[in-house]
Amino acid sequence: MNTYGNQRISLAHGSGGKLTHDLIKDCFLARFKNPILSELTDSAILNLKGINLAFTTDSYVIRPLFFPGGDIGKLAVYGTVNDLAVVGAKPLYISCGYLIEEGFNSVSLDEITQSIGDAARNAGVLVVTGDTKVVEHGKGDGIFINTSGIGVCYYQLLQDIEVGDKVLINGPIGDHEIAIISARGELGLDVKIESDCAPLADLISHVLTASGKIKFMRDPTRGGLATTLNEIVTSKDLGILIEEKAIPIREEVRAVCSLLGFDPLYLANEGKVVIIVGCEDASLVVDTMCAHSLGRDAQVIGEVVESPKGRVCLRTEIGGTRIVDMPVGTLLPRIC
Amino acid sequence: MKYIDEFYDRKICVNLAEEIAKKSLGTELTFMEVCGTHTMSIFRNGIKDLLPENISVLSGPGCPVCVTPNRTIDKAIAITRLNEVCVCSFGDMMRVPGSSSTLAQERGRGADVRVVYSATDAVGIAERNPDKKVVFLGIGFETTTPTVASSIKDSALKGLKNYFVLPAAKLIPPAIKAILDSGETKIDGFLLPGHVSVIIGRKPYEFIAEDYGIPCAIAGFEPTDILYAILRLVEQINNGSPAVENCYRRSVKEDGNKLAKDMMNEVFEVCDSEWRGLGVIPSSGLKIEKKYRAFDALHNFKMDVEETKENPDCLCGDVLRGVASPLDCALFGGVCTPENPAGPCMVSSEGTCAAYYKYADVRR
Repeated sequence: MNTYGNQRISLAHGSGGKLTHDLIKDCFLARFKNPILSELTDSAILNLKGINLAFTTDSYVIRPLFFPGGDIGKLAVYGTVNDLAVVGAKPLYISCGYLIEEGFNSVSLDEITQSIGDAARNAGVLVVTGDTKVVEHGKGDGIFINTSGIGVCYYQLLQDIEVGDKVLINGPIGDHEIAIISARGELGLDVKIESDCAPLADLISHVLTASGKIKFMRDPTRGGLATTLNEIVTSKDLGILIEEKAIPIREEVRAVCSLLGFDPLYLANEGKVVIIVGCEDASLVVDTMCAHSLGRDAQVIGEVVESPKGRVCLRTEIGGTRIVDMPVGTLLPRIC
Repeated sequence: MKYIDEFYDRKICVNLAEEIAKKSLGTELTFMEVCGTHTMSIFRNGIKDLLPENISVLSGPGCPVCVTPNRTIDKAIAITRLNEVCVCSFGDMMRVPGSSSTLAQERGRGADVRVVYSATDAVGIAERNPDKKVVFLGIGFETTTPTVASSIKDSALKGLKNYFVLPAAKLIPPAIKAILDSGETKIDGFLLPGHVSVIIGRKPYEFIAEDYGIPCAIAGFEPTDILYAILRLVEQINNGSPAVENCYRRSVKEDGNKLAKDMMNEVFEVCDSEWRGLGVIPSSGLKIEKKYRAFDALHNFKMDVEETKENPDCLCGDVLRGVASPLDCALFGGVCTPENPAGPCMVSSEGTCAAYYKYADVRR
């Protein structure tokens, strides 16, 4: 039996957690088997006549389509260019595919498209190809967008993560998901939180110029910081220990989490990057990020440790320790 | 947040833990908490790391999802298979295995099953979908039940004809009594649930101290709350004067919340109820009063409920009584994991097995 479930596909298979990973491993990797895909990086790295190109794709499914701090269009551009940026590439071109449900409001379509145009200009990429499909009413949820992106790699991540390396993040976690949840209006929450949706390539290029000791980067989107950290240590001979006190979280986000029983470590972000850097460059990288508008609250949040191997642990505020596991299932409505 | 930060102060927590160690004098003491939020807080904050080795904290039947028996889940599943019905449930119930299916699996097969955050949300769905019969799966303890009662009263006032509750609410004090009467577990004190106590107050627990001579402390949910309540239990033991002490005064009043209690009493009446692991406990559940029968799913739907089947290897029942630890269960971590749960204690975020699996380094 495959391990991605013995039944039908559930929302949990798309939540970015353990079931998503099982599905990728047992269904997709098994069939598409090739060394480039097997790397499972945010973007595939393709060597074409000596030039390393980064190539990625992502589909955007979000409700509501417009939310504080962004909309599906902006998300579709920044999500894809960020996947290029975190492998050390300069994003250059993107594609844009629309799946539109019959009856969808053309004013909203205009607004979303305008937003894609603005976001692409802001991120320094061109939308160079696209596709439109319209499905029957009732066969789609308003609009879905797929974008693919190509960039040129200018930095080779070191990949040799070792004990003592520091774990950094460029600012407070959870803003995006809490903004989406409150924008849905289902919880009767009146929280003034905007999505952190932002293009990270410029911030990352500053970091990569400042330090040659960057070993790993990833944007902690679906599944949040907890998932990204687990992905780093899974099947590795080392672990990660993070300090609860050091993790930047806005008071409003913490309050909503406390009210609803969410763990902020699992909330999605759209403008954050987790960086693993050699210990000696940690403060240099924090300073570099703090000097950039998207890294004002950058922090060292933890370090790579010898044991427990393959695990992420958290030292709690009161001094206890607990495991931070890969998320399983999805209790939250799907958000991205 | 200023208000929260103080309850997480490392120095205060360490001081409380040292005081517990000093005053318990190495005596082996076992305390039971009866609240899923306590279970979660103890694990999430690593409170066990601070406690001396002679103090153990057990989780009792404090997670409403976990104590709901298969029969109730099977009824909810049977309702999802009826025509023009929408079943609304708290998210935690979605993946709990019934005899042969789960609500999530039924949704995957096309049933209209929705996750809601409160009974009020389900009333809203009923108002917006007059052509559907909306059934709220009304699990929960005294904490949640007043809101379910309010949803029924509200629907009556609005004249809603398509909102129903599948009654499955339970009461905490009779469950504590059942555990004590079974005599299966040595319990030196109870950490009583803060949220339930906000509604029912302090008095309904007095029998524990008076009739059974066991110390009790009503506890809040932040680390300092829990450690302080444990310290008070140790001090009660030392003084030889068991009592029900309210250590959560900022929220719990002596007589609880009168409005909520009145609402509950108006809409529900006490009945015997089946608990997973504990069997039928007299006067431990709530059914809907005759006056509100129009909203009672049990009286308004003809359900084809399958024969109840239990997984014979699942130890959830024993875990809920504090007789077994998740680690004693042959299924734990192998056959039974959060992504493929065999029993409810592995599904609910407040379940003991899920907490062990998620937060403690005990996987097989």
